[in-house]
Amino acid sequence: MTENLKYTEEHEWIRIEDGDVAVIGITPFAQDALGDLVYVDLPETGRKLSKGDDFAVVESVKTAAEVYSPVSGEIVGINDNLSNDPELIKKSFDEGWIVKIKMDSPDEIAELMDKDSYAKFCEEQDH
Amino acid sequence: MTDVTPLHEAHKSLKAKMGAFAGYDMPLYYNEGVMAEHEWVRAHAGLFDVSHMGQIILSGADTIAFLEKITPSSYGKLPDGRAKYTVLTNENGGIIDDLIITRIAEDRFFTVINAGCKQKDIDWIKANLPDSVNFEQLDDRALLALQGPEAEKALQHCLGIETSDMPYMWLWEKQLADDTDIYISRVGYTGEDGFELSVPADKAAVIWNKLLEHDDVKPVGLAARDSLRLEMGYCLYGHDIDDKTSPVEAGLSWVMGKKDNTSFIGSGHVMGQIENGVSNQRTGIRLTEKGVAREGAEILDARDMNKIGTLTSGGFSPTLKESIGQGYIESKYTDIGTKIFVNVRGRNIAAEIAAMPFIPAKTKSMKKQAA
Repeated sequence: MTENLKYTEEHEWIRIEDGDVAVIGITPFAQDALGDLVYVDLPETGRKLSKGDDFAVVESVKTAAEVYSPVSGEIVGINDNLSNDPELIKKSFDEGWIVKIKMDSPDEIAELMDKDSYAKFCEEQDH
Repeated sequence: MTDVTPLHEAHKSLKAKMGAFAGYDMPLYYNEGVMAEHEWVRAHAGLFDVSHMGQIILSGADTIAFLEKITPSSYGKLPDGRAKYTVLTNENGGIIDDLIITRIAEDRFFTVINAGCKQKDIDWIKANLPDSVNFEQLDDRALLALQGPEAEKALQHCLGIETSDMPYMWLWEKQLADDTDIYISRVGYTGEDGFELSVPADKAAVIWNKLLEHDDVKPVGLAARDSLRLEMGYCLYGHDIDDKTSPVEAGLSWVMGKKDNTSFIGSGHVMGQIENGVSNQRTGIRLTEKGVAREGAEILDARDMNKIGTLTSGGFSPTLKESIGQGYIESKYTDIGTKIFVNVRGRNIAAEIAAMPFIPAKTKSMKKQAA
C-alpha cells in the first residue's frame, strides 16, 4: 500500500482515492518530532484550499504543528475520530488520515515525492 | 557556539532528543517521550540534568546587606542550611531573574540562577558588588535534579544519603563514600518531593549513572520539566516573568522580607504597587473546551470579547488531561471561576480563571520535625 503514497517536504503523506481525492495524513517522521498528541484542530468540510494553505493543527504536549495542503481543492471529508483520539494519527493510514481533499487539478500530485525520494529527504533532515 | 553540560555524553548514549536551550545542547526528552516522563516523575522519580543553570557563591561579612539590596527578601534570621526563593530586581522593580539563595554558613550563600539569565545576572551582581563581598562562580560543578515520590528512597539506596529528617527548602553539605563533596538541597521545580545535587563536574556522570540504576529512576528531559512546572503554576523566566514584570504583578510579593522594605533596588516602584495595586496580575487559566492554548494567545472577556490579557505559558496538563496556562490578566477579571475565552489562531476557546497550583504540591514541610 505504502508504495502508492506521495509525500511532501512538510512530512505529509497523500493517498489518492477515486482518481481525484487526496487523503492526507502526517508521516511517522512528523509524528516522532511531535511526540504525544493531545489535540487536532480540524477544519470544516466544504472549505476551499489552495496549495500551501494550512488547514489543520496537530497539538502535542510540547508543540503545535500546522498541516499544509499539498494540493488545491475542496475538503470533502474530515476524520472526526481524531477529535476524541488524536493519537489515532499514528495508527494505520486508514485510521490516521486527517482530511480528504477533492483536487482541482490531480496533476499537482506529480510534483510530490515518492517513497524513495521522501526516505532520502528524511535522511538529509536528520543530519 | 553551543555549550554542553558534563552529562552531554550520557544524554547521547541514552539517545535523548536534544535541543538548544539557553545556548546549551540539552535533552528535551528520552525514548519514552514527554507524557511518559511527566507521569513517571509524578509516580516514581525522574532524574534531570540542569547543569546549564548557574551556581554562584557570595561570601564575606557584608553579604546579607548586599543580598538585601539586590533582592526584596530578608536573610538575617535565615538559619544555616535554609534556602529561599526570591528575585533579583532592577531599578524599575522589574525581575532580572528568579533564583534560590541558600545560607550555607554565617556569611556564605549559595545561589542557583537560570541558564538563560546567567551572564546578565553575573554582570548585574558584579556591577553592584561591594569590595567587602566575594563573588565566585562554580563553573566546575554540575547540577542534577532528582524529583518524585521515590526520590528520597532512591537517594538513600544509590548514594547512601539519608534525608528523612531534611525539611523542604533545606541544604546539606555531604560527602559521598568516595569523598566527593556535594550540596544536596530539598528543592525542585516539579511540585514533587525531590532534591537538587550540586556535584563536581568530573563526578557528574558517575553519580548520574548510579541514580539511574535504581528501578524507580528514569531520565527526564526539559520538555517534561516544563509541563511539570506549569501544573504547579511556577514561573518560567523570560515567559511568565521578565525585566518588565514586577514581583507584585507576578504574584510573588511573598518573597518580600518586610512589609516596609525600602532597602532593595527598585523598592520604590514595588512598594508603590503594593500600596496602590496593579492593573494586571499573573493568573492561572484552564480551558473548559478542547484545544491547547500556548504563550501569546489573547485572553478575552467572555461577555464582550474584549482583550483582557495575554497567555505567557500554556499547554496540555498530562495529569489533568486538560489544557492549562498562566498569563497576565486585568486585575478585575482574576476571580477564580471567571469565564473567559482564549483566542487560538482565530478560534475562541472557552476557559476560566483557575487557582494555581493546578494540582496540589507534594513537597515536604519546611519545618524541622521534632526528634
